[in-house]
Amino acid sequence: MTASTDSPRTLFQKIWDNHIVHSEEGRQSILYVDLQLVHEVTSAQAFEGLRLAGRRVRRAERTIATADHNVPTSDRSLPILDQISKQQIDTLRDNCKEFGIKHYDLNDPNQGIVHVIGPELGYTQPGMTIVCGDSHTSTHGAFGSLAFGIGTSEVEHVLATQTLLQFKPKTLELRVDGELRPHVTAKDMILYLIGQITTDGGTGYCVEYTGEVVRGLSMENRMTVCNMSIEAGARAGMIAPDETTYEYLRGRQFVPQDFDAAVKRWKQLPSDAGATYDKSLTFAAADIAPQVTWGTNPGLVVSVDGKVPTPGDFEDATEQKTAAGALDYMGLQGGEPITDLKLDRVFIGSCTNGRIEDLREAAAVAKGHKVSDRVSAMVVPGSGQVKQQAEAEGLDSIFKEAGFDWREAGCSMCLAMNPDKLEPGERCASTSNRNFEGRQGKGGRTHLVSPAMAAAAAGAGHFVDIRDWK
Amino acid sequence: MKAFTTHTGLVVAMDRANVDTDQIIPKQFLKRIERTGFGEFLFWDWAKLDDGSPNPDFELNKPEATGASVLLARRNFGCGSSREHAPWALEDFGFRVILAPSFADIFYNNCFKNGMLPIQLSEEQIDELFHRAAQHAGYELTADLEACTLSDTHGFSTELEVQPFRRHCLLNGLDDIGLTFEHEDKISAYEAAHA
Repeated sequence: MTASTDSPRTLFQKIWDNHIVHSEEGRQSILYVDLQLVHEVTSAQAFEGLRLAGRRVRRAERTIATADHNVPTSDRSLPILDQISKQQIDTLRDNCKEFGIKHYDLNDPNQGIVHVIGPELGYTQPGMTIVCGDSHTSTHGAFGSLAFGIGTSEVEHVLATQTLLQFKPKTLELRVDGELRPHVTAKDMILYLIGQITTDGGTGYCVEYTGEVVRGLSMENRMTVCNMSIEAGARAGMIAPDETTYEYLRGRQFVPQDFDAAVKRWKQLPSDAGATYDKSLTFAAADIAPQVTWGTNPGLVVSVDGKVPTPGDFEDATEQKTAAGALDYMGLQGGEPITDLKLDRVFIGSCTNGRIEDLREAAAVAKGHKVSDRVSAMVVPGSGQVKQQAEAEGLDSIFKEAGFDWREAGCSMCLAMNPDKLEPGERCASTSNRNFEGRQGKGGRTHLVSPAMAAAAAGAGHFVDIRDWK
Repeated sequence: MKAFTTHTGLVVAMDRANVDTDQIIPKQFLKRIERTGFGEFLFWDWAKLDDGSPNPDFELNKPEATGASVLLARRNFGCGSSREHAPWALEDFGFRVILAPSFADIFYNNCFKNGMLPIQLSEEQIDELFHRAAQHAGYELTADLEACTLSDTHGFSTELEVQPFRRHCLLNGLDDIGLTFEHEDKISAYEAAHA
């Protein structure tokens, strides 16, 4: 890392400065990429591009790959029935072999969602630039790295050059002061923030989350927060590294061998006193209640003790039209108490909430309860390691006894590219990140919530205020 | 990459905010390993009825939209997933220009990699274009990237703000990777310094 300059800099600015390979006025800077994560859905065309141009992968050791989006979450010893999915998974395997890239294949114990396995294996580290052909790459910003999603043309660019052309984003500080109230989670906090700044409130910005609440969050909770930065339109989301970060990373497989020296470097990263952001917004943690989305983008969210809004609750014509369309798609009139909404399905998993702490949170709620007769509920661990850990702790037994389906690792019903999907009209409480139309299956109706809220909803058959759960 | 210099085309208006890339190209079509052929799946869930027949109410299925190559949209177009399949599908369908008050970041960037021009205008200008598109049958717009103007034949004209280097690449159909390799010595020097 380069020596710090005199004027105070933000975490973002330091990482940016440290990775500039070349910059010219009026052009995108050439930014060095420390780590690229690759999955099956957005990479085949990039590898094909390299082949057609006769190019090689510049630094194969800076790329890791796994299949996650398409993979079945049922018995892995059985063949994949969807032949097109199988072809995409096979193509990734072949490409990794041809170009010499480390690949965590379906039967590898470390296979899982890219944004779960990167941190868990210690690939994700403070101060890094990290990219992936997936918008939820912002997850890795939880470690104080600059991490963001890119398109397939850019995946190819990074494979060929280990760099990316980037315009410098502006910086946005989202500060949350005080303490979260009991039963209010990191998921509720990020949903609340997106509701406040709206689904495009972060466009053009790299967000840094600051404040007492953020300092108190575990690494996994920080990942949940940074993961959903893209749902506010932000290029990236990040949290300064601290002791919580270093303790999480210590001992993981791919962290630097001289770990203490690395920590010493990482301690230079947090924003300097007096560093300024292009924009800063402050929120009070005490204002945040458990959240439930009611519409078809993550910014359409209310507190669990609230009601579904009506178009008349919105001021401008475009918002009213959006609300009316969302209500229609969601099969809602507007005005219903959230806790009256009856559910057909519950999904616990995804790169947002598929980690061990999420499963512990859900299991603690599910323990001693039964999934409602009207609900079909599934738990999909974010990785093979998460699954193994959960089973070692007996969480799988709690879920199974309660009537949840316990699955293999993958993206699963977060985007329903595999056989896990909603039927038209089904209403689902989901711990994932997107409630877009058809996201979990054509005609499916998704409400985003925390793992605890999802588990309670599975038990009751409708949303319940987790603060009242016994 | 296909170059973009100037384009005149039929406008189709899509009066919806926050159109996400899951709508532009739903997940079931992301399993292909090719870059082409996505056009027929564009906006699939909106464009098709449950029995698979075309939805006559969908904007792009209306007879007057046939042959449209300029998409007039509302704010935050292309939000959500980073899937480049979205611009691939729009381009394959025949779109060359997309107009909106704002675009999602990754989508905006992806358009330039595929020879399409995303144009950001003010809310007022977009409202005006929606009005004109409704008023004039067969409404066309011309985006001239060389002159940096957007105009119609009914008196509308505005300057386009396109970042100069992006404009240069699009006008010449330049390949980013080739351009970056012109600085390969600097990449090697960076790697040597950070080994």
